Amino acid sequence: MAFKIHAIPVRPSNRIRESSVDRIFMGALYIGLGLVLLGLLYPMIYVVSASISDPSAVMSGEVVLWPVGFNLNAYETIMNYEQIWVGFANSIYYTVFGTLVNVVMTILAGFALSRMNLVGRNFFMFLFAFTLLFNGGLVPTYLLVHDLGLIDNRMALILPQAISVFNLLITVTYFRTSIPEELMDAARLDGCDDFQSLMKVVLPLSAPIIAVLTLFYAVGNWNQYFSALIYISDPDLQPLQIILRTILIQNQVDLSTMMDVNSYAARVSMIVLLKNALIVVASVPVLILYPFVQKYFVKGIMIGAIKG
Amino acid sequence: MTIADVKSDIQQKDKPIGRFGSRTWSRIRRDWQLYLLLALPLAWLLLFQYYPMYGAQIAFRDYKPGLGILESPWVGLKNFEQFFNSYLFSRVILNTLWLSFYSLAVGFPLPILFALAITQLTGGLYKRSIQMVSYAPNFISTVVMVGIILQFLDIRTGPINILLKALGLDTINFIGLADWFPSIYVWSGAWQFTGFSAIIYIAVLSTVDPTLHEAAVMDGANRLQRIWYVDIPALLPTAMTLLILNMGQILNVGFEKTFLLQNTLNQSASEVISTYVYKVSLAAGIASYSYGAAIGLFNSIIGFILLFLANQISKKITGNSLW
Repeated sequence: MAFKIHAIPVRPSNRIRESSVDRIFMGALYIGLGLVLLGLLYPMIYVVSASISDPSAVMSGEVVLWPVGFNLNAYETIMNYEQIWVGFANSIYYTVFGTLVNVVMTILAGFALSRMNLVGRNFFMFLFAFTLLFNGGLVPTYLLVHDLGLIDNRMALILPQAISVFNLLITVTYFRTSIPEELMDAARLDGCDDFQSLMKVVLPLSAPIIAVLTLFYAVGNWNQYFSALIYISDPDLQPLQIILRTILIQNQVDLSTMMDVNSYAARVSMIVLLKNALIVVASVPVLILYPFVQKYFVKGIMIGAIKG
Repeated sequence: MTIADVKSDIQQKDKPIGRFGSRTWSRIRRDWQLYLLLALPLAWLLLFQYYPMYGAQIAFRDYKPGLGILESPWVGLKNFEQFFNSYLFSRVILNTLWLSFYSLAVGFPLPILFALAITQLTGGLYKRSIQMVSYAPNFISTVVMVGIILQFLDIRTGPINILLKALGLDTINFIGLADWFPSIYVWSGAWQFTGFSAIIYIAVLSTVDPTLHEAAVMDGANRLQRIWYVDIPALLPTAMTLLILNMGQILNVGFEKTFLLQNTLNQSASEVISTYVYKVSLAAGIASYSYGAAIGLFNSIIGFILLFLANQISKKITGNSLW
């Protein structure tokens, strides 16, 4: 006897077809995100264009998106503008040494606080975390820095902000999850005391957190201006951000650095170009390094967020 | 407990166990190196964070630099009364509150929406480039950001005004109008920080169990429904935590950006608590340290209370809290 087997037709593709509601939704989403992308890029493109355009075109409002004319005088002026380079050098100093202090202090505290069996650990953690909720305020802190003799001293931009408790918490979480007690036990059985464990076992494994901390702190140090505003009045010590503020926002430009500006109109238009060019120059270091380090920042946030 | 702990515990077994007994002391002695590591950061903490809390008492005194903290005369609540009675009090508080709430109303949902939208995209160049570009403005310094704002909104050369002119409309002096200040402040903040703030939400969304989504699709849910029923509940704990943290900051409208965007024309909207403190204490010809300290203390205490309240409310409503 022959059996007739009815074959049930099976759709050959395994993909779930999107319903039309979904397709409209996704289409709108793509377009919406595209607009967001344009909105994000536009101001940055404008600033670059305005910095290399012909000055009179900028002043008469012809420059909207793309450059009109070509003029690099603004960048030439910046090259000769000594105060800007003093600021640059100072910022490099504050960023390098400040970040060094930051990372060392944070790693020291983070490692010690990550050891669960430390007596008083909760107490010390609370001491640190409490400062996130409440602090003395601007005036008492300023008076402290003043009484320590740090006014107009480079250390005023490094010491008061030595540790960010937020970064500390990320570090503690990292050490607790990535350096299990078993590892420390093995090191101890091999005869290491805590110092040696730190140097030989923990630090080599800490590359990710050191990278994340360095980046977070470095960006913070490079961008800081408030501390410099209140603690530093000596022009030789001022970081780049203060110089930027002087030019971009207070409109105080050293005209002796500009060339070919014989008329008032030429001067005014050149200042506009100068400002835009300065924005470009100030952002270039950050935006060049940014694509390379971006994934470390993302990783840092994820370490802090998911586990913390 | 580690092997070393068990070992030393066994050795201590015969010693008396007080609440802070000698077993504890031997553990402290054993860990002396860790305490040494902690010593420097702790010293920093006590000096730069806790000593100013002690110094905040000058809010209750009439501080004179020559006299020092303890010798300056005690005046009780006089500085606080001076603040509450000053004609700028309500303006400064209102400006601060308005900027905070406006920032929160915009800055809280936008990163969530952005994260939800990005997560809908499957990988690829489009998704990655949007993400990369959106993170970038976060790293621009405040000074540069305000510089960009001033150039972009300039009445003569800025694209916005050029566009208005091209459309036959009047140009607007954005920077000089108090009414525009809050919107400029808030929306430029959204431009700068939405992308980066969304990272934490994108991270959470990436941990959502895919079978939940598959089950939803099987039940006939479209994308919007899946977002509502799967994604958003997954984000709720993180969002609530961040919201609580933000509530505690309600009175802390940042000094930096406000100060840079301020000018005499828009001051009626741009003077906030932090800039006012700066003006009366550090920038004044005759610095009123006690007065500034009092306002700052007032600010910190209110912030602490708000944080506490927000935490309790969140515990009641959503079950999530910081402590």
